[in-house]
Amino acid sequence: MHEIVLVEIDGKPVAVQAGSTVASALLAAGIPARRSISGEARAPLCGMGVCYECRVEINGIPQKRGCMVLCHASMKVRTQ
Amino acid sequence: MVGAGPAGIAAAVSAAECGRSVALLDENSAPGGQIWRGFEVGQHVDHKKGKGSRLPQEWFVRLRLSSVEVIRNCRVFGGGTPDQLLTEVDGQAAEFYGRSIVLATGARERFLPFPGWTLPNVLGAGGLQALVQGCLPIAGKRVVVAGSGPLLLAVAAHLTAQKAKVSMIMEQAATQRVTTFGAALALHPGKLAHAILYRWQTRGIPYRTSAWPLRVNGEEKLESVTYLHAGRQHTIACDYLACGFHLVPNNELASLLGCEIAADTGAVRIDDSQRTTVPHVYCAGETAGIGGLELALIEGQIAGFAAAGFPDRTQSLKAEHARQRRFAVRLEAAFAIRPEIRSIAEAETIVCRCEDVRRKQLEGHTSWRAAKLLTRCGMGACQGRICGAACRFLFNWNPDSQRLPVQPVSIAALMGLSKNPMQAGTIPPAEV
Ligand SMILES: Cc1cc2nc3c(=O)[nH]c(=O)nc-3n(C[C@H](O)[C@H](O)[C@H](O)COP(=O)(O)OP(=O)(O)OC[C@H]3O[C@@H](n4cnc5c(N)ncnc54)[C@H](O)[C@@H]3O)c2cc1C
Ligand code: FES
Repeated sequence: MHEIVLVEIDGKPVAVQAGSTVASALLAAGIPARRSISGEARAPLCGMGVCYECRVEINGIPQKRGCMVLCHASMKVRTQ
Repeated sequence: MVGAGPAGIAAAVSAAECGRSVALLDENSAPGGQIWRGFEVGQHVDHKKGKGSRLPQEWFVRLRLSSVEVIRNCRVFGGGTPDQLLTEVDGQAAEFYGRSIVLATGARERFLPFPGWTLPNVLGAGGLQALVQGCLPIAGKRVVVAGSGPLLLAVAAHLTAQKAKVSMIMEQAATQRVTTFGAALALHPGKLAHAILYRWQTRGIPYRTSAWPLRVNGEEKLESVTYLHAGRQHTIACDYLACGFHLVPNNELASLLGCEIAADTGAVRIDDSQRTTVPHVYCAGETAGIGGLELALIEGQIAGFAAAGFPDRTQSLKAEHARQRRFAVRLEAAFAIRPEIRSIAEAETIVCRCEDVRRKQLEGHTSWRAAKLLTRCGMGACQGRICGAACRFLFNWNPDSQRLPVQPVSIAALMGLSKNPMQAGTIPPAEV
């Protein structure tokens, strides 16, 4: 059994496995991390902090790369 | 030492064991780099049996027992004076000074654009692997692994071990090149053993050579991928496309510090003691040329000893170094990207994902710089890390000289530096 943590994505509670990165949590939930300037849904590409496609607001701080941040209980994530 | 992958860890431990005081900086929350990602927290699933799984264990123990100070979440975005590194640690500015600097910033995947590659669930091959290491549930998901390089087989084996349904591996290189490379592996028994093990773990999964994706189908998310194999088009349904065209060195920081870069490969130029063309700056691992784990470890040790002022300790490593370097040359030749792949990006295909610049907007420009100024290609958050390599392949454009900061950095962190380089006029306003 995996330990579960609850995070909030765009106001909705989402259960993720402990040790998940924010990028993995978004992808697993099928929630795009951001909209591109022409309005396309975008999701993680590189998984290693290079592409910035996973950038979201985390606990009020914008432009964080979700693949570089681990989920913590009651973390608040906003897609951009 | 910048970069706590295998090369950086080996360099740091070697220099510390010579009695030097060493700081090992990495932007991740834990050391390990690409291949040993998550090892420290026990998420690293080592699917390589035998020797492979002892190796990270050994290095992590040596690192723990050493005096190396590991600085986590530390993004190095530039240098000021020759002995200085400018960094952001958890949103705060921090400056590090060292008598020697070792750059071991690794490599990233080369991404090449094709219709639909911007859809969610299209990732890099190593990219999907990294997300799975970051606990993305993959069991039962249908995955197509595509692109080029030995990483594809490693990723397919890893995903299979995690119970993903990998339905196909597509390698763009021709059968003959892959076979020649495979035969040469006999000279590297350790690598041959891994290759055989990976193939055993992925037995039953078709491995297609001369095959590459043509387009991804789907509206808001990938549904299937249409690919070309031996001149014919096929379509295969999947949940994820994991596609990366081999690796390119992360040379931006080296370039900013003034180190010479080889124009053809993007590797930082080094001598046989891993010295770059800038005094007191060394480079090791994939940044100095794509060559795999063993080469990264040897180069790290050589760089660590040389940077610590004990170059004679590198003697015993030289023969193995030369052998691994020969392997790197074979690797480069075997997985060179074939020119036909230039045409898979169509006129409407987005090349620069940050600024949504399409191929047709880039056609006709004569240089990367001109294209950047006129289309904003490469000017977004990733600073051309993704589209730069693509444009280099598509249009033969060479990268610009690097400017501070090489990584986006918050204004707050810049303001926190002792001598504000922005006021000195060297840093343009940060993107983020
Ligand atoms: C996505 C990916 C997946 C891979 N998976 C495998 C695999 O499964 N099996 C295999 O055999 N090989 C794999 N490889 C190849 C692997 O990179 C090498 O074998 C080995 O990890 C190289 O070690 P290194 O120390 O040179 O670089 P890396 O392991 O890449 O380490 C470089 C480190 O430097 C850090 N860094 C870079 N720039 C900065 C900066 N400016 N500031 C702070 N830190 C920085 C990075 O975050 C990283 O932690 C993979 C490569 C990639 C890119
Ligand atoms: S997925 Fe590329 S930066 Fe996070």
